[in-house]
Amino acid sequence: MSGVNAATYVRYEIKRTFRTRRFVLLAFGFPVGLYFLIAAPNRDTHSLAGSGLSAPLYFMIGLTAFGAMNAMLSAGARIAGERQVGWNRQLRITPLSPRTYFRTKVLTGYVMAVGTMALMYVSGAILGVRLPAGEWLHMTWLILVGLVPFAALGILFGHLLSVDAVGPAMGGTTALLSFLGGVWFPIQHGALHVIAELLPSFWLVQASRVALGGSGWTANGWLVMGAWSVLLAAGAMAAYRRDTGRA
Amino acid sequence: MHGIELRGLTKTFRTPQGPVEAVRGIDVTVEAGETVALLGPNGAGKSTTLDMVLGLLRPDGGDVLVFGSAPQDAVARGAVGAMLQTGQLIRDLTVRELLLQFASLYPQPLDVDETIELVGIRDVAGRLTQKLSGGQTQRVRFALALVSNPDLLVLDEPTVAMDVEGRRGFWTTMREFASRGKTVVFATHYLDEADAYADRAVLMANGTVVADGPTTEIKAMVGRRTLRATLPDVPLEELERLPGVTHAERRGEAVVLSCSDSDAAVRALVARYDDARDLEIGGAGLEEAFLELTR
Repeated sequence: MSGVNAATYVRYEIKRTFRTRRFVLLAFGFPVGLYFLIAAPNRDTHSLAGSGLSAPLYFMIGLTAFGAMNAMLSAGARIAGERQVGWNRQLRITPLSPRTYFRTKVLTGYVMAVGTMALMYVSGAILGVRLPAGEWLHMTWLILVGLVPFAALGILFGHLLSVDAVGPAMGGTTALLSFLGGVWFPIQHGALHVIAELLPSFWLVQASRVALGGSGWTANGWLVMGAWSVLLAAGAMAAYRRDTGRA
Repeated sequence: MHGIELRGLTKTFRTPQGPVEAVRGIDVTVEAGETVALLGPNGAGKSTTLDMVLGLLRPDGGDVLVFGSAPQDAVARGAVGAMLQTGQLIRDLTVRELLLQFASLYPQPLDVDETIELVGIRDVAGRLTQKLSGGQTQRVRFALALVSNPDLLVLDEPTVAMDVEGRRGFWTTMREFASRGKTVVFATHYLDEADAYADRAVLMANGTVVADGPTTEIKAMVGRRTLRATLPDVPLEELERLPGVTHAERRGEAVVLSCSDSDAAVRALVARYDDARDLEIGGAGLEEAFLELTR
């Protein structure tokens, strides 16, 4: 399939996603609303819970992670709805390759995630977050990389679960991963920290540590992200094959 | 090169009630440019066969070739368009947008506006897909199959959800498309549809092909009617010699005549036996005709 044609396909896929109001509201409105609710009262806290990061910065990245995670998961989970109406069977009798199909889903998720990030950055700036351009970029890069496992998890859900199950599964996953990842408060010590360090959501939130100088993620962070990406991508592939009966 | 070639095709489904042999070794060849009806009652194996032609199901045994290659390859080339038996449309795009998106997947699609005209959906082209009625949805699904401009068009019981007028329009469009040198295969359980719109019909029952030939022949085989009359004391052999009657049976005082031409049989019966009463003509339904053929 030529690149030009794939571009048309992707364009309408994104258009379609943005037309789903509930989806847009959840992906964009929810994190921004929560951010102002949590961070605005603490806007003068310069080192949240001794983390060395200001509350507006910490929560900006925390809620960016939350919103972007949600966007990526929902983009994949929409597959459950498409399966329910038999659309996947229809697509399988077109020249659309599984590769392009997955790329389109992932790309659509990223477009939504980037939208959330942009809105959150603006919200952060409104609450006084000021960083050198290099640090904004570095943070953005880490978040984009950190969303890979969530793209895979969304597709896994979409092909594994029914429409009825996919909502609760996503809600539960996001709630648990954002809590244990430190979206709502920094997790720095104890057993919770040991668990948190093994989760991809923790490292998403840790992208804010770029502001402390250094590289943001430790080697351990990259390892955890890499492992989850490989594991969940394999899971997504298996779920797709099982779903479509392809060997 | 044949349009479709099926050789010794088998498919068995595992169900909680035990294995179900949906397709039991069928051989069918469809020439390129032909319009063929796959005719049979529910559960005959029509959809399973078509799913294997489309590469949606893997056969347990036998071969499927579509234009000389594996179904997946024909699909990847964009040579196949289909309207599946079940399925809705994805939401949040207008009909026109959905057709544009779908057409972009194919190497040589039809013009989207031409397709919209062809299928007669100009009035709903700007409407979101979730706001369509059942009949409109069916027409858009047909448009999706056509916009790919396929060499092979597969239609699995396409008119089930359509009203009479919708059906007429649908078949007119199908014929106009077929006349462009396309190969068309459609599944139906209506003999009339097969007779009116196909060059040939392949009759399926219980996962096997029970007859395969020009629709006129098939119609003669399964389009039979029965004539029932109260008529005691007439030898059956005499009745079987009446024009249009192929077989006679006695049921008490009544006789049941299987007819190849029920009109001729009625006239002859009434003319010859003025004591014939309680005349009833029944269409032997397809299911009954199939039972007879498979006996």
